[in-house]
Amino acid sequence: MTPGTAVPGSGPGSTTAPAPDVPTGVIVLGEADIARALTRIAHEITERNRGAADVVLLGIPTRGVTLARRLAERLADVEPTFSRDRVGELDVTMYRDDLHRQPTRAVGVTRVPVSLDDRTVVLVDDVLFSGRTIRAALDALSDLGRPRVVQLAALVDRGHRELPIRADYVGKNLPTSRAERVRVRLREVDGVEDAVLISGRGGDEPAQAGRDQGVTP
Amino acid sequence: MKHLLSTADLSKDDAILLLDTAAQMAATQSREIKKLPTLRGRTVVNLFFEDSTRTRISFETAAKRLSADVINFSAKGSSVSKGESLKDTALTLHAMGADAVVVRHHASGAPHMLANAGWLDAAVLNAGDGMHQHPTQALLDAFTIRRHLVGERSGADPVGADLAGLRVAIVGDVLHSRVARSNVHLLHTLGAEVTLVAPPTLLPVGVESWPSRVSYHLDETLEQWQPDAVMMLRVQRERMSGGAGAFFPSPQEYSRTFGLNARRLALAPDHALVMHPGPMNRGLEISADAADHARSVIVEQVANGVAVRMAALYLLLAGGDDSERNTQ
Repeated sequence: MTPGTAVPGSGPGSTTAPAPDVPTGVIVLGEADIARALTRIAHEITERNRGAADVVLLGIPTRGVTLARRLAERLADVEPTFSRDRVGELDVTMYRDDLHRQPTRAVGVTRVPVSLDDRTVVLVDDVLFSGRTIRAALDALSDLGRPRVVQLAALVDRGHRELPIRADYVGKNLPTSRAERVRVRLREVDGVEDAVLISGRGGDEPAQAGRDQGVTP
Repeated sequence: MKHLLSTADLSKDDAILLLDTAAQMAATQSREIKKLPTLRGRTVVNLFFEDSTRTRISFETAAKRLSADVINFSAKGSSVSKGESLKDTALTLHAMGADAVVVRHHASGAPHMLANAGWLDAAVLNAGDGMHQHPTQALLDAFTIRRHLVGERSGADPVGADLAGLRVAIVGDVLHSRVARSNVHLLHTLGAEVTLVAPPTLLPVGVESWPSRVSYHLDETLEQWQPDAVMMLRVQRERMSGGAGAFFPSPQEYSRTFGLNARRLALAPDHALVMHPGPMNRGLEISADAADHARSVIVEQVANGVAVRMAALYLLLAGGDDSERNTQ
């Protein structure tokens, strides 16, 4: 944190400093917007793949997993060929290229519901930023099987790609500057109402480690 | 965590993090492609001043599964047999750019010396020093116990769980055993109760200060204390300078009083695990029918050793708090 900069609206020595997990910043997507975006993505997945018989959803921890589960519910509602249990989680920690630049990360769970060979795998993440997480996910996938097609769904695409990676399904394109932080809050993970927030426009936010913020060193 | 030297230094959170990470590593080992790119470009040196089969191979496998480069260094056939000191060996390893040194040494405290003397800045993993500590063995024992007794009993994923309320009997040559010392501390940290069962001659001076109970009677302990796991220790005859006779009258008598067999095992609860760190002296501390019993997890301990060592290497090497280490 830069000394001397304060959160707007709170003077120096303010007594109501926000708790670390209470989001501050501008809400760009609310609960209803997120729900609509996920419903649209579910329809786009069935449209693009002509049904969802071979589709397996894999969420990237932490919030990608929650989004993948919600997407699976919607997909099962609109597409009878899709069964709700074809959703899993793919931890990419051990495939990251920035491991030695950051403090040690805890390794998460990888759970794949069915064999991925010759299936259509849709990776689900909350924020698409540099693309490095997705590159790691592609490496992790290739160790698990050989899907016929891999597609990518992201709730928010904030730009600033560092690798030739693009999303097939995007909830919302969000033009940002690199200095800003985009955060996704989901009820199941954070215990607060769903929201996508942008903060740090004036560099007023202390850096907080976390993959979902798409921090690049 | 910078080094892994002793289970006595491990906090409960660190220990549980190690076990949880090991669980994820174990999950990757059932895949078709077992190798992970995580430690690509890192160098792990296995520095073994004492004979070892399973620990060295286990560490080597763990490092290779994480894509680290492995250099094996055993004292036999090296400059150590020409009289090179530990310090000079360490300086050589430093010059070669080792990121982690896995060390086994006959002198208690040698890994501590390597870690703290300033000779090299690699992470040091203790793979057994004298009669002091063998932390990865204790971790794999705790991992095996947790997987069987916490995971299967509750039917849930044991991630994040400790060993509270479980009872472990550690039986045999406690005096010479670094496995026993490491286990007593780790099991205590994780909330389990420990009873050491041994003849008085094979218990160290000061054992009453350890966080464990002591018993001289195996039958009584199995029957009345009802342990959830029975961990047999190898009788370390190579460390018994006066020959076995200096500590107990005869192998037959030791086996009759402190050896585990099917009859004794029947006294313990039905779910009790049979454990042994290996190598076993079949017929001395453990009979073949106990070692090969359905409740024996001895072979699984070896498999879990790879996962636990992968976890230790990952947690010590993957982070970037000291990334400068590699740029030199």
